[in-house]
Amino acid sequence: MTRSCNGPTTAGVPAGACTGCAGSQPPVHAAQPLPSRREFLCVAAGCAAAATTAGCTDLTHTGWFRERFRDLGADEKAGILADLAKEHSERFHKPVTVGAEPPLPGVEFGYALDISRCIGCRRCVYACVEENNQSRDPQVHWIRVLEMEKDKGIDFAHANAYYDAEKVPRPGHFYLPVQCQQCQNPPCVKSCPVGATWQEPDGIIVVDYDWCIGCRCCMSACPYGARHFNFAEPEIPAEQMNPKTHYLGNRPRMKGVVEKCTFCIQRVRNGRYPACVEVCPVGARKFGNLRDPNSEIRYILEHKRVFVLKTELNTRPRFFYFYGV
Amino acid sequence: MRIALLLLPLMGLVSAACDESHVQVHWSHFTQEPGAQTQPEESRIEVPPPPFTEGVFPCTDCHDPEIPTNTKRRPMKTAHTEFTLKHDEEHRWCLDCHDTKDRDKLHLASGEVIEFTESYRLCGQCHGDKYRDWRAGVHGRRSGQWNGHKTYLLCVHCHNSHAPAFQPLKPEPVPVRPTERKP
Ligand code: HEC
Ligand code: HEC
Ligand code: HEC
Ligand code: HEC
Repeated sequence: MTRSCNGPTTAGVPAGACTGCAGSQPPVHAAQPLPSRREFLCVAAGCAAAATTAGCTDLTHTGWFRERFRDLGADEKAGILADLAKEHSERFHKPVTVGAEPPLPGVEFGYALDISRCIGCRRCVYACVEENNQSRDPQVHWIRVLEMEKDKGIDFAHANAYYDAEKVPRPGHFYLPVQCQQCQNPPCVKSCPVGATWQEPDGIIVVDYDWCIGCRCCMSACPYGARHFNFAEPEIPAEQMNPKTHYLGNRPRMKGVVEKCTFCIQRVRNGRYPACVEVCPVGARKFGNLRDPNSEIRYILEHKRVFVLKTELNTRPRFFYFYGV
Repeated sequence: MRIALLLLPLMGLVSAACDESHVQVHWSHFTQEPGAQTQPEESRIEVPPPPFTEGVFPCTDCHDPEIPTNTKRRPMKTAHTEFTLKHDEEHRWCLDCHDTKDRDKLHLASGEVIEFTESYRLCGQCHGDKYRDWRAGVHGRRSGQWNGHKTYLLCVHCHNSHAPAFQPLKPEPVPVRPTERKP
């Protein structure tokens, strides 16, 4: 066990701040075998206990000792999805589906946000919460809208996410919403000690919540603050719960796991636009297939002034900002 | 410690400021696989119903085509007093856009008469750049399928045709600050 991250945690109790695992640790290459969660646990806890339990458990589908979801066969996946659907349907008193739609061939998703249009109304923030079943209390938001001063330009040091106003835009200000940038070179994925988060072939960075140990290395590795931790049991009113879910996306999470934007994986893999795109009253949010030369996202890349956040970190986001004027 | 941890992401943003001058974005490697599906060019633009005030359409309920129209530029007195034209009003009059004979239609400078569901063509006569971007899906908003059928909002869903400046909105609630969270 060579990884420098602090050990695993149980049910949301932090074992300590995981500092600098992104920087101090050599990147994990896809080819390099990751430790299984069982190995990881055993080494970290030095434990006869975990090994013993593992030895005699009858493995339930959602149990701790199954393989990563992505490594499972179709039958096993179907079993897990059915179990989850049943569990959530009972909990929320309505028929809940848990899908696992695969990536579409020839598709790599990209996003572009027009900062000359955004007025900071936060409609996207709450549409995202509703679509993706974020916890209402404690509050989890995958989108953070930063208010900045026109005079200062893009300046995170003076950005304010807690602006309040009768009407927006406020004179002299502009707005920069930040969410997962779906990096082509994602530091969060490299920092995960158990391989619970990865990049899908269509570019979406996903989390297997059943595999996440809640160590939060990914949170400190992410330069965009785009990952969020459930430090308490998430609360979603049953009547507001979105019953159309995806295993790697908006299915209800548990206490102690990290979650993030997936471009609405449950929608986009079925051809739909992400919820934030469809709700934006100024039409500042654009989405499509980067590999399709006829897509609106490619039109933007080819015709508009485009930039990405923190180029110097070489994360290579698939989330672009542009000036539509 | 919990608070410190929660603030970490934000501090990350602060410590590494965005270098906006660095606009070089490498995207040219997003290449299409041979034979992959591309977005079909849409022959017909589908739009939601025009955002008329309830009861005002059809206009011909009042504007009987048999009765000659008063084409004189004048303030409205007996109807349509709820708005004043604030759209290049020194050069413009109602009948530059609304058809004189058939009030249920608009007309272009060419004289071609068009439906209200095609009002973007009218706007596009004077706002060619915005119209081009709108057709490409960049100005305005589309919904539906990113890889298939789409619905476009009309220009007038966002811009009042008579006073088109976009109106400020009330923002949704301020997020809870990490420090305000219950323990
Ligand atoms: C720049 C072109 C333009 C000009 C000039 C213009 N209109 Fe319009 N008007 C439109 C368009 C386009 C609509 C359709 C809006 C919609 O689809 O709901 C419209 C809608 C209307 C409506 C229906 C409004 C409602 O409440 O639904 C009335 C009434 C009207 N116009 C009257 C007038 C009068 C009177 C004038 C002159 C004072 C005028 N218009 C000048 C383009 C114009
Ligand atoms: C309730 C009856 C009524 C309806 C419905 C109505 N109008 Fe009118 N409209 C009038 C009257 C009356 C006038 C003349 C007002 C004046 O001269 O003070 C007028 C005037 C106008 C004018 C100025 C030119 C002219 O003909 O005098 C335009 C343009 C116009 N209406 C457009 C529309 C459009 C477009 C609609 C449908 C979207 C519409 N109106 C629906 C009653 C109506
Ligand atoms: C005949 C030419 C003409 C047509 C047709 C026209 N406009 Fe304009 N528009 C102008 C001019 C000129 C200005 C700038 C002067 C002004 O703001 O009054 C303008 C300004 C605007 C602005 C900026 C307003 C602001 O204050 O920022 C918007 C938005 C706009 N138009 C939308 C539309 C829409 C939507 C339509 C179709 C219903 C339309 N225009 C049709 C000529 C036109
Ligand atoms: C989804 C809403 C939406 C739709 C649909 C839309 N616009 Fe706009 N438009 C905006 C916003 C927001 C602005 C920025 C307004 C501002 O800065 O005050 C804008 C700005 C403009 C301006 C002012 C110039 C500028 O760049 O600020 C013009 C002209 C304009 N739009 C024309 C059009 C035309 C023509 C159409 C249809 C072909 C259209 N718009 C459709 C939201 C929309």
